[in-house]
Amino acid sequence: MKAVRVNNISKAYKGKLALEDISFEVEKGELFGIIGPDGAGKTTLFRIMTTLILADEGEAKVDDYDVVKDYKLIRERVGYMPGRFSLYQDLTVIENLDFFASLFNTTVEENYDLIKDIYKQIEPFKDRRAGALSGGMKQKLALSCALIHKPSVLFLDEPTTGVDPVSRKEFWHMLKNLQKQGITIVVSTPYMDEANLCNRIALINNGEFLDIDSPQNLIKKFPKKLYSVEGDNMPKLLKTLRANDNIETCFSFGDCCHITLNNETKDNDYKEIQPSIEDYFIRLSK
Amino acid sequence: MDEVIVVRNLTKRFGAFTAVDDISFEVKKGEIFGFLGANGAGKTTVIRMLCGLSKPSSGNALVGGFDIRHQSEKIKANIGYMSQRFSLYEDLKVWENIKLFAGIYGMKKKDIAIKTDILLEELGFESQKETLVSALPLGWKQKLAFSVAIFHNPKVVFLDEPTGGVDPVVRRQFWELIYKTAEKGITVFVTTHYMDEAEYCDRISIMVDGRIEALDTPRALKEKFSSDSIDDIFYQLARNAKRKED
Repeated sequence: MKAVRVNNISKAYKGKLALEDISFEVEKGELFGIIGPDGAGKTTLFRIMTTLILADEGEAKVDDYDVVKDYKLIRERVGYMPGRFSLYQDLTVIENLDFFASLFNTTVEENYDLIKDIYKQIEPFKDRRAGALSGGMKQKLALSCALIHKPSVLFLDEPTTGVDPVSRKEFWHMLKNLQKQGITIVVSTPYMDEANLCNRIALINNGEFLDIDSPQNLIKKFPKKLYSVEGDNMPKLLKTLRANDNIETCFSFGDCCHITLNNETKDNDYKEIQPSIEDYFIRLSK
Repeated sequence: MDEVIVVRNLTKRFGAFTAVDDISFEVKKGEIFGFLGANGAGKTTVIRMLCGLSKPSSGNALVGGFDIRHQSEKIKANIGYMSQRFSLYEDLKVWENIKLFAGIYGMKKKDIAIKTDILLEELGFESQKETLVSALPLGWKQKLAFSVAIFHNPKVVFLDEPTGGVDPVVRRQFWELIYKTAEKGITVFVTTHYMDEAEYCDRISIMVDGRIEALDTPRALKEKFSSDSIDDIFYQLARNAKRKED
């Protein structure tokens, strides 16, 4: 049994295609990433998988249940953390958690083990209203609430957007721990560097999947030799490189530029490097 | 007079909590200054003070030569501001947004009309003049929002996470707009969570728990911390933060 099976899903809003013919599968216990910029269609796809909206075409299954026919069964067994904070702002931390537990006929005590590592970080503030929490604490509370009924599949829509690099690392550490406890995780992000922490990823842009594979395999598919050129002044470096007819593409990456050549020449001075997921995404999305 | 922002012992307390703790620095004309820090480090509080929206508890700052304590109206006319969360009105057309913001920044009607056409041409947006902003792709919106923020030729433009969620190609195009702006002599004060973008700044500062723990060119910081990436330096400094919360 696959945790998620999506076949030929399409969805349009007012005639504008948000998703076009999306198909993929997620294995049980997998950490699967859907990576792409805002507006690519990530949230639409999450809402279809969590039975909140209907696709125009195609079908989707979660734990072999159909998102249309069996929507009630799916809602019982998945956890969903939307991109926008959706807990009750005027309830306290513990009231929110109790409320979500009771919706699923369970108690906080029953599944405390699962949320312990995350929840204990906000437990000192358990009597504070959710609306008065900081961004990082809200995120931890939302994740605790999404986990409280021990879901078999956890859907996280952009949990790290706008979060600083240190907190992002911590969040991914939490996800890795949840995965070890047997929960399948489907997570979306606009941060390309997070791709490497997933077992497999789908790259999404303009409503289409550009490719699906493990991060290691994806970068092997980069079709050209990639070189890195360093320079002190990025605008000047870009100008110089663009003036060179043999340079096919040129994109800034931190303190250097990544380039590909039209014609590979012997003994060029450039340093060959391993492509990253971001290099591959740029290549595919052009 | 080369310094467009001068910050001296700037402090902001909310009750017993010191959000910004005695920071001092300068930013030069035409400089791209990266203002980094973890969530809750106090970045937003500093930006609010520098924009004249909030008064310091102690210390002071000059922005464009104006005092943030007593000349906040003068400051507002001499800065531009753009953030990821608030940029343009979705239900207004492209030209209506330009007109509205230019008016708010105090530009004359005649100048607005002429400059609008020049701007749209520069951005390659001529055909989108009558388009509702809600119908534009995110990357375009961000480019337009940035152009609107510098439309009145301010001395400084504050960019609060301008590229969050933007696709990798457009993110780089956005930075080219930043370079062009700095070349024109406008100072760019920018926050970002993308550490590769920190490398594109002339100088960066890293804020931890209300204080500036590091400030220099990306190259000098990497030498000082014996590290090959800003990401790593950020992690070294910010993981020891006591407060991670806003």
